[in-house]
Amino acid sequence: MTDILNIDCELLVIGAGMTGMAASLFAGNRNIETVQVGITSEIIFASGLLDLMGVHPMEQETIWKDPWEGIQALCRDIPEHPYAKIPPEIIYEAFEELTRFLNASGLAYVRHEKRNALVLTPVGTVKPSYFIPRTMWNGVQALQAKEPCLIVDIEGLKGFSARQIVASLRSRWPHLSHATISFPSSANLGEVYLEPLARSLVIPQTREALADALRPHLKAVRFLGMPAVFGIQDSHKILSDIENRVGVPVFEIPTMPPSIPGLRIKEVFESNLPAKGVQRFFQKRVMDVKTEAKGFVVQIGDTSPETLIRTRGIVLASGRFLGKGLSADRKQIRESILNLPVHQPLKRSEWHCYEFLDPAGHPVNRAGLVTDDWFRPFDSSGKIAHKRLFAAGSILAHQDWMRQKCGSGLAVATAYAAVNAFRENN
Amino acid sequence: MQIVKTQVLIIGGGVTGAGLARDLALRGVNCVIAEKHDINAGASGANHGLLHSGARYVSSDMHSAEECRDEGRILKKMAPDCIEDTGGLFVAVAGDDERYIAEFPHLCTQSQIPVKELDIKEAREMEPALSSKIIAAFQVQDASIGPFKLSMENIHQARSLGCGLLRHSQVVGFQIEKKRISATKLKNLLTHEHFLVEADQVVNASGAWAKEIAALAGCQIDLLYSKGSLLVTHSRLTKRVINRLRPSSNADILVPGGTVSILGTTSIRIENLDAIFPTVKEIDAIVGEGAAMIPELEMTRYIRAYAGVRPLVGTATEEGGRSISRSFSLIDHETEGLNNFATITGGKLTTYRLMAEKTADLVCARLGVTRPCMTRTEPLPTAPATRWTQPGSAPKLWIEHNDPQDLLLCECEMVPKSVVNSLAQSIHDQNGKPDLIALGLRSRIGKGTCQGTFCAQRIAAYLYDIEELAGREGLENIRAFVSERWRGERPLLWDTSLIQSELKEALYCGLFGVELND
Repeated sequence: MTDILNIDCELLVIGAGMTGMAASLFAGNRNIETVQVGITSEIIFASGLLDLMGVHPMEQETIWKDPWEGIQALCRDIPEHPYAKIPPEIIYEAFEELTRFLNASGLAYVRHEKRNALVLTPVGTVKPSYFIPRTMWNGVQALQAKEPCLIVDIEGLKGFSARQIVASLRSRWPHLSHATISFPSSANLGEVYLEPLARSLVIPQTREALADALRPHLKAVRFLGMPAVFGIQDSHKILSDIENRVGVPVFEIPTMPPSIPGLRIKEVFESNLPAKGVQRFFQKRVMDVKTEAKGFVVQIGDTSPETLIRTRGIVLASGRFLGKGLSADRKQIRESILNLPVHQPLKRSEWHCYEFLDPAGHPVNRAGLVTDDWFRPFDSSGKIAHKRLFAAGSILAHQDWMRQKCGSGLAVATAYAAVNAFRENN
Repeated sequence: MQIVKTQVLIIGGGVTGAGLARDLALRGVNCVIAEKHDINAGASGANHGLLHSGARYVSSDMHSAEECRDEGRILKKMAPDCIEDTGGLFVAVAGDDERYIAEFPHLCTQSQIPVKELDIKEAREMEPALSSKIIAAFQVQDASIGPFKLSMENIHQARSLGCGLLRHSQVVGFQIEKKRISATKLKNLLTHEHFLVEADQVVNASGAWAKEIAALAGCQIDLLYSKGSLLVTHSRLTKRVINRLRPSSNADILVPGGTVSILGTTSIRIENLDAIFPTVKEIDAIVGEGAAMIPELEMTRYIRAYAGVRPLVGTATEEGGRSISRSFSLIDHETEGLNNFATITGGKLTTYRLMAEKTADLVCARLGVTRPCMTRTEPLPTAPATRWTQPGSAPKLWIEHNDPQDLLLCECEMVPKSVVNSLAQSIHDQNGKPDLIALGLRSRIGKGTCQGTFCAQRIAAYLYDIEELAGREGLENIRAFVSERWRGERPLLWDTSLIQSELKEALYCGLFGVELND
């Protein structure tokens, strides 16, 4: 047991998805001694779009132009929703603090202050979102103005067909056209993967070769859209450089996972959180949590305990099933780390609707942890489990981020509220 | 209105209709199959894929047992590439009826069904997945059979001999003149256009829908509906078919098929055919019961569930209708005043050829055709485009070709672009449109662990690239495909499958918003 590392901290953040990353950032910004533990693989499923609020009521498929009005209506109708515990100005502040950090780290985000932006998807739908990567913003403008626009796909890249996007949208956007190019350096290789292509664009020669491949297709178009591939770091600079070379505004379109914009977020957090004093144990899992007078003793490791962390508080941001914060057997849903009670339908036959696309959404997606107004989850007796144990993000009950299109907002706002609540209760 | 003329109209594109078309075509009779949806859309596509040795029925229905015994032998000779001759075991576990166990080998012998008693140790060496609690084991000659390949190959040969196939064509009425069906009115469900088929003879081979079709001709059939739900495991658990040695009940059989195993089944009486899907309750019952034979079934990952309806001819007293004969019924409808109409229903996959033979005999007698049935002795030719339904065949081809441009569109089941091209061509050959559902029916696409999460959009994108989809069809295709997959996923969403479905919803709803009308 002598080789187990002992660490003391004030706050342990469990989870390395959007919520965990945001919580660590907010804690770091407040000079709270923070340790973060979690598996980072989930964040690359992120599209890069930061949704705030899109759809409510789900049954009526009401899509909100102004997300803030949407939040107001949501909180009025569903007072248990996590957003209802946070004043709108605090949600606003949370996003400001997050995007300030992203912008300062070279990952620029843009928005309309009081309006959702509309973004193209690979299946030819149009998605409302709030904070948009700068590299996608020209697409928002082009779509809004229905400008003559060329969508280009890449030979060997699966799941992204420019022809599909154009065909699906042409009735509403007549001046759309499509083309296919071979990506420089990957021509005739067969299947191409976005990450190496994105990294290859760091080299100016590759960018020029890409521009050469694009130029013949650019007659009479005002905008150019491509799958999100313009670099991992400094994506905005790479995009500007391509724009200069081809002479039209260029934008990225989100792709199927694993996506480059998701990877950008992951890399920005990974490389900039240490400077905020956050000590990270990525790809480690929590193996045991014991409560003691001053807080918690937490064992983390890979297959056996490697590190013992004494902490005053915990932010549980371990996600849902994909993030493994929740797990389910045939009988019930459990919270995986602390075995906290999970609000859930009575039996498995009620977890899901008979139709996958039922607009009401599946009841299982509203299962999760129930908390007090400071995001402290309740134990089985209905009392808060611990005064400095907080839960944030998608693990919370009474929300359906996938259908309400509020995933990032939920992550960021509840992480912000939880960290601030910890600070006030510390 | 368009009029199609033929000697025999076959209503139903399941295995019976397919087998009948081939049988008639081999006797030189011209025929057309009209199918409401697509090949094997009913029970022919929703069963274990079991080729019965007959042993299952020795105690309850000796006639069916002997039919299965004989037909099993014929099919193993005539359609070997549709069959994996796995062999089978019947096993009993502690607590099972000892008298039933003791009688079983004698009943098999009486029916001349080969059976060999195994000692427990031997059985568990042959099939290590078996429970340590088994108390008896017998070896029989069960096998697994690919129902889709079987139907496709029957249709393929029938078509090569001039038979027609009308998919998405629903019978909506009959014109009856002078004790004859003079014309059958159909509706194309894709174009919504009506058309007529004028045939000398009309055969109702619509399986569970036989009662509804017969009613359109003013005929009555006593038909009971017994729903059976089945589960597909992520990987193959046994080499052989494993049967529970007890009277037919839930979860009494595990049938291997290629790289997976299929566990079933329930038997639930239902009143109508509107909502045929497996329920959570059924799935839990199947898993719980199956685990008594094969404990691994409690922990293994399941990929999907499905349900089919057995049409049982007769009137039942008992809940699931298990005691009604599983033999088939050929009804000539002559007492009801029609002399060119017949219904063939009931029966099972194993006896499809015999059902086709008896029906073709009746039809040919009415037509004055004297050529005898050929399907007992004429091997079923292989149809190249049918192989993609078999787990493992697409990966093999892809590896052999080794063409870097031939991208895998469905990674779980390793289905490359070239296979999609070949499937699209075969659908065009059947006058169809290659959409995601039709491709999925003819291949392993969407049937692997991701259940369409990645391949639905990847294949939709590819179908646009090869100009098989246009306009907003892709979105409709994706909605239909993920919805169709869902029916099989919904009852078994726990553990890893629930994680997978959350990812799928995050992608298709969270990012793409396909659930919204935009």
